[in-house]
Amino acid sequence: MTQLALVIDLNVCVGCHACVTNCKEWNTSGMAGPLSDFNPYGAEPTGTFLNRVQTFEVGTFPNTETVHFPKSCLHCEEPPCVPVCPTGASYKRKEDGIVLVDYDKCIGCKYCSWACPYGVREIDEKQKVMKKCTLCVDRIYDMGLPEKERKPACVLACPTSARLFGDVHDPESAVSVAIRDSSGYPLMPEWGTKPSNHYLPRRKTQLRIHDDELVRADNPLKKERLLPKPDKSEPSLDDVTSW
Amino acid sequence: MHPAFSVIFLTTLIGVGQGLFLALYTGQVYALFHVLSAEGDRQFYAVGSLIALAFLIAGLVSSFFHLGHPERAWRSAAQWRTSWLSREVIVLPAFMACVFGYGVAHYFGWNVPLFTLGETLQVDLIMLIGAAGTLLCFALFVSTGMIYACLRFLQEWHTPLTVSNFILLGGASGFALAAAFAALAAPALTGFYGKWALIITVLAFISRTASLVRNHKLKPKSTLQSAIGVRHKVIAQKSQGFMGGSFNTREFFHGKSASALRSVKWLFIALTFALPFVLLAWGLSDNTASLLLLAFLVQYAGLIAERWFFFAQANHPQNLYYQTIS
Repeated sequence: MTQLALVIDLNVCVGCHACVTNCKEWNTSGMAGPLSDFNPYGAEPTGTFLNRVQTFEVGTFPNTETVHFPKSCLHCEEPPCVPVCPTGASYKRKEDGIVLVDYDKCIGCKYCSWACPYGVREIDEKQKVMKKCTLCVDRIYDMGLPEKERKPACVLACPTSARLFGDVHDPESAVSVAIRDSSGYPLMPEWGTKPSNHYLPRRKTQLRIHDDELVRADNPLKKERLLPKPDKSEPSLDDVTSW
Repeated sequence: MHPAFSVIFLTTLIGVGQGLFLALYTGQVYALFHVLSAEGDRQFYAVGSLIALAFLIAGLVSSFFHLGHPERAWRSAAQWRTSWLSREVIVLPAFMACVFGYGVAHYFGWNVPLFTLGETLQVDLIMLIGAAGTLLCFALFVSTGMIYACLRFLQEWHTPLTVSNFILLGGASGFALAAAFAALAAPALTGFYGKWALIITVLAFISRTASLVRNHKLKPKSTLQSAIGVRHKVIAQKSQGFMGGSFNTREFFHGKSASALRSVKWLFIALTFALPFVLLAWGLSDNTASLLLLAFLVQYAGLIAERWFFFAQANHPQNLYYQTIS
């Protein structure tokens, strides 16, 4: 069984919002109608977005770290939003695991958004239906597009390749390998929703150097006799010192 | 959560309608078993059912204001296998039909015994419709309560107390209305309904207080740490990704101060339980219809505050992602 999903690498996300912009551009121009905005040039602009990038600061100054955190529908394997829908407008596709909303069946009761702990469903205040990330279902199967472009708009837009797209049920897919090898984790695992999207943690390349790696414990010269330590004022390059 | 008045009125109004119907039918069953000597006339039950139906219709109309596409509301009966909302959508009209049928049967006096249970218990059409209505009435209470109680990460709601609160609060307001109505139309029954209204109000107070105490002790399961998956004690949001607000900042926050929330809590405790209890007891001892009616009105006002607080108190885990604008 296929489960398409995104893997988002927090280690390389720079918080540029390119994924947000490209998501909005693609999904506002599609056949399903625009993602409505209200008062876009006024003091209190508001609108429907399927993807948001948030920023968190971890730690206390000076030991702080900035985490840019893109958030869109996680296409849960146990989506709590689907069974609560009274009309069946919210559904999870069997063939690829994408959670979708049938905009023609949605009555706009907002119950599914209450049932999502991640807050990734947003009502379109103009069309009065619930909207959410579709994993660009109208892109990824479009045979009219070159194969390398059959990916969600956010993935294509990311300048740092922080977003990977693929089948998380295929153990050899790039996303599965990334989750496995770079400790990918789900959000809010406490609710048992089994999110398909995973996040890769911030990673630091660290080299652990032990003392005996700086001063060679097995220096063969040391076995013969103790050499006099060079004076601190003397040059310390190996080939000019006494040892 | 943001308290939507459409849902506040839906749940409180149908609660009154359900409670009133239960009161009427309970009285009739008591009379059938000769526990209660007095019984209202045909017109009393017919008009009572009509009042209950009016409350149910008002609640139903109110619910439509919650929908983005009310013209598609018929679709919401589809997913009754999984959705409590869908179950409510099916049970509510069925219950309304029973209340209507109950009133009509009383009005036309369809009380020809159909069969006899045991030795003496004669069952007529009115009793049968009433029994079906009672079953549907409780099914409706459970459906309405479970809509909220089934959402496991809204921890304030995810408790059987939510369902018992809906049943008892609806029952209390319905019996209070029945007492006021009886005082005007069938004075012999006033005491029966009024005393039950007192008892159910006390039970509702116990149940609601239990849920208040429970919610006070709740520890949120989700934290900012689990929300973004970073293990550090100090995490501060620096940006939520937009500045002008969104559905997420409007739908899930009540937008009132903590002190306002506390005031509403004490207001609803006073208006739903304390004041109606005094007014009911006073009205019953004095046998004054106006006091009983006042008791119902005060309790209904209290229920609006109670339901507002019920929504406002629920803290959705998605709020963790929307703490700071920028």
